[in-house]
Amino acid sequence: MKRVPSLALCVFGAALILCFGVGRMQAQTPATPPQAQAEAQKSATAPAAKEPEEEEENPFAPEPAPSLPPGMTGSDANDPRAKLQPGLYDAGEASVGIRHLLLLKKPDAFQLGSSDPDDPKVQKIFGQLRIGNSSKIPKPMQLVIAQLAFSNSDLAFQGNHLFQGNFYGVNIFDISNPANATLLTSLVCPGGQGDVSAYKNLLFMSVEMPNGRLDCGAQGFPPEPPAPAGEEKEKKRRPPAAQKDRFRGVRIFDISDIKNPKQVAAVQTCRGSHTHTLVTDPNDKDNVYIYVSGTSFVRQTEELAGCSGEQPDKDPNTALFRIDVIKVPVAAPQDAKVVSSPRVFIDPRTGALNGLNNGGTHGKKGSEKPADTNQCHDITVYTALGLAAGACSGNGLLLDIKDPVHPKRVDAVNDPNYSYWHSASFSNDGSKVVFTDEWGGGLGARCRANDPNKWGADAIFQLKDNKLSFANYYKLPAAQGDSENCVAHNGSLIPVPGRDIEVQAWYQGGVSIVDFTDPAQPFEIAYFDRGPIDPKMLVLGGDWSAYWYNGYIYASEIARGLDVFELMPTKLLTQNEIDAAKTVRVSELNVQNQQKIEWPAQLVVAKAYLDQLWRSQALPADQVAALQKAIQSAESSHMSKGKVAKLKSMAPSLEKSAATAKSPANSARLHGLADILKHPTA
Amino acid sequence: MYKEKSKPWPRITHFYRSFAEIARNSRLRPMLEFVEQVGAADFVHNLCASTSQIRLRNSYRLHSARGSAVLCGMLLAVSAPADFFCSSVRSLQTDAAKPVVVQPGAPGKPSKMLPPSTRGTLPPRSQADVEFMQDMIMHHAQAVEMTALIPSHAENKELRLLGVRISSSQSDEIKFMRRWLAARGEPLSMAMPGMDISHESMHLMPGMLTPEQMDALRKAKGAEFDHLFLTGMIQHHGGALTMVKDLFDTAGAGQDAELFNFATDVDSGQRAEIRIMQTMLEKTLEEKR
Repeated sequence: MKRVPSLALCVFGAALILCFGVGRMQAQTPATPPQAQAEAQKSATAPAAKEPEEEEENPFAPEPAPSLPPGMTGSDANDPRAKLQPGLYDAGEASVGIRHLLLLKKPDAFQLGSSDPDDPKVQKIFGQLRIGNSSKIPKPMQLVIAQLAFSNSDLAFQGNHLFQGNFYGVNIFDISNPANATLLTSLVCPGGQGDVSAYKNLLFMSVEMPNGRLDCGAQGFPPEPPAPAGEEKEKKRRPPAAQKDRFRGVRIFDISDIKNPKQVAAVQTCRGSHTHTLVTDPNDKDNVYIYVSGTSFVRQTEELAGCSGEQPDKDPNTALFRIDVIKVPVAAPQDAKVVSSPRVFIDPRTGALNGLNNGGTHGKKGSEKPADTNQCHDITVYTALGLAAGACSGNGLLLDIKDPVHPKRVDAVNDPNYSYWHSASFSNDGSKVVFTDEWGGGLGARCRANDPNKWGADAIFQLKDNKLSFANYYKLPAAQGDSENCVAHNGSLIPVPGRDIEVQAWYQGGVSIVDFTDPAQPFEIAYFDRGPIDPKMLVLGGDWSAYWYNGYIYASEIARGLDVFELMPTKLLTQNEIDAAKTVRVSELNVQNQQKIEWPAQLVVAKAYLDQLWRSQALPADQVAALQKAIQSAESSHMSKGKVAKLKSMAPSLEKSAATAKSPANSARLHGLADILKHPTA
Repeated sequence: MYKEKSKPWPRITHFYRSFAEIARNSRLRPMLEFVEQVGAADFVHNLCASTSQIRLRNSYRLHSARGSAVLCGMLLAVSAPADFFCSSVRSLQTDAAKPVVVQPGAPGKPSKMLPPSTRGTLPPRSQADVEFMQDMIMHHAQAVEMTALIPSHAENKELRLLGVRISSSQSDEIKFMRRWLAARGEPLSMAMPGMDISHESMHLMPGMLTPEQMDALRKAKGAEFDHLFLTGMIQHHGGALTMVKDLFDTAGAGQDAELFNFATDVDSGQRAEIRIMQTMLEKTLEEKR
């Protein structure tokens, strides 16, 4: 009977939780289950993250950064983002110019067994994984022990659907109401890293890991039995690990029924697919192409015929030093196959496949020596320019892709401060390319106050006549903690007319929006950041990619889920500029298949230009005021003939100012403004 | 845990015996399978399921439903995390807009619908994974030892910068590997029975500098040090590439996502550093001429 009082207390507490929970569930509209789930999990998970842990010899304790190398500077430790409260779902947040609308937690089907480490099922999984004595493992570690296996990755968009890649498959969301996005489909198909692209009824997905299976099974492949006693010492060459059911390459799903996607093809490649890029050929509507960037090991020829990981001098057919091109007949995707493996690193003079010189062009001429930039990590194609920018481990590449099956290198750059060329994006006018350096591979804390801000940063290059020239670096200006994995990662352009603006993910450094209109002086205009998942150890998390899509910013949070944001006006970005960006609507977005942004000749776009001209003092204040007034009266008159004629009359003087403008940016804005005033549309 | 606490429960079973009957035969059962798996006694979730069932079907019986909700909450609080319960119930209420879990088949084959209770599972981990991490810790430790000599031994400014970077990434990676092993309850180094763990007798990992090479490096200064450091570190990093290759040539190895990603990054990171060092080496050779 002693139990009764404690039970009664328990009843009371549990009833509170339950009634609250049930009340919440009923208050929710039926279309928002993940939100409710997010709330429910919050209470279940948050306390565990605060468990104290053992002090002595703690392998989970993060290491502070070494002191800055001489001549280098780090990020700002006094930024509000530098010391935010930790927490998985209740971390402190800081933002400027961005409003957080929603966090949709990662679906249950993409979480390991249970979120309760004391749960017998989790204990069983630990046992299966041969994790001994799990009582010694700090609880947060237990929760995230297999986090990367269920890590969210890149995003693609189509209509009202958002596709969030994951190492374990793809989650598809309905974003017709972005602030109230809902999960539609969890597609289970492990193999990492789940880079996604969408084209019409097809969804493409990258697979690179050895556990990938043709049948999307989660069981992987059995390990070889332990070596007989006495043989451990000698690491004998073991039997080949070839598996006919293994899949590494690009999967193609038919998503005609969004709630029942079907695998229609699985194109195997030697190194699998770390990322891929959708390439559309303006002259060929019947086919699309996929550029495959494989970065991991070359599989055995017993598993996939013709795969060789030898150096080119030993085997000219090596799977190293190339990318692969898959041709996909849109009407018959099952016939998709690799049609070429362009040697984009070739030395055109000697024919050496490993012809790219790395790190050396900053030195002397004549010291070129074949070295091995042997892979691309990610490629961004800009078909309107006929160009692609390849971020290819040791180099940044510029490729001519007018013939999409046979891309040809036209320029290559390197940088002494770059560790790993990771991704690339063009400015809309094609005059700049922003590369990223994924120093530390994304797993490390690389934005600490003592980490140089030229390392793990964006590098902005000017592009003219197919030549890249370095302009400056941009790194997240706020220092991050030593338990936050942070480095430059994926971003997309925000279509603000008259400016080059990119929203970019920095893992646990959050989201940063940078203006690189002047490539020599990039600066941050807005940001969002959360505190570390855990203060005492580095738990992998943060934003993999942050992309603008039809008026909203979506960020793929590795551990937490999917974030939705909207821009808020600040002095660095006005409401008119935001509204002008929102005029740009696309039906599909695959960020690495860059599309030329065209703005409608709407007056809101004119107002955005005007704000910029005012900000940069490119026009006298009275002229700005007169233009504002004329635009406003045209709007309030619902574009009456007289008011429109008045606008038209103001265009010529703007053209004149454009000719004498001090900066190319202001000249372009003046031209843009004049064009709209001549032919404004409602 | 639940077995012990289940003792007093039979005393209150008469509250919901009838509800349990309903749920046992209802379509709720598979949805609550997960709760079952985590160890809640059958009657607990039968009760909970029947509670929600009644709430849905017979709103006039709300009062009694609320009463059992209290019990249900109590029991769940001691047997299963609340969120599983809530997600199970919610999936009932939102049938139309309910998200689906789909597992495609091989190309051309139909997809399978999986129950909403589906949770993630992991591929098996192999002994080769563990040994790779243990060996690589030792391998990396030598790189840290080598870069520690730079401040007192090297003159080349570029080399100093490179040293900082190598030291920083290799220490970080050592941290990562220790964490990976510790989190899986594995020892940080391979203890071989009957083997002396002293430095000299340790089997050198591929590419590791011999004690003689390390001695020569310690004794060198200036340009000679730069040369020995660069050639030594190129050799050292080359060994890491061999270790990664051996790992992936082993059946069932490298399926752990953390390890796969790590090994791949080691490979590409060290290749990049090798390239930088080769260029620096050429430059120093040129300056000599």
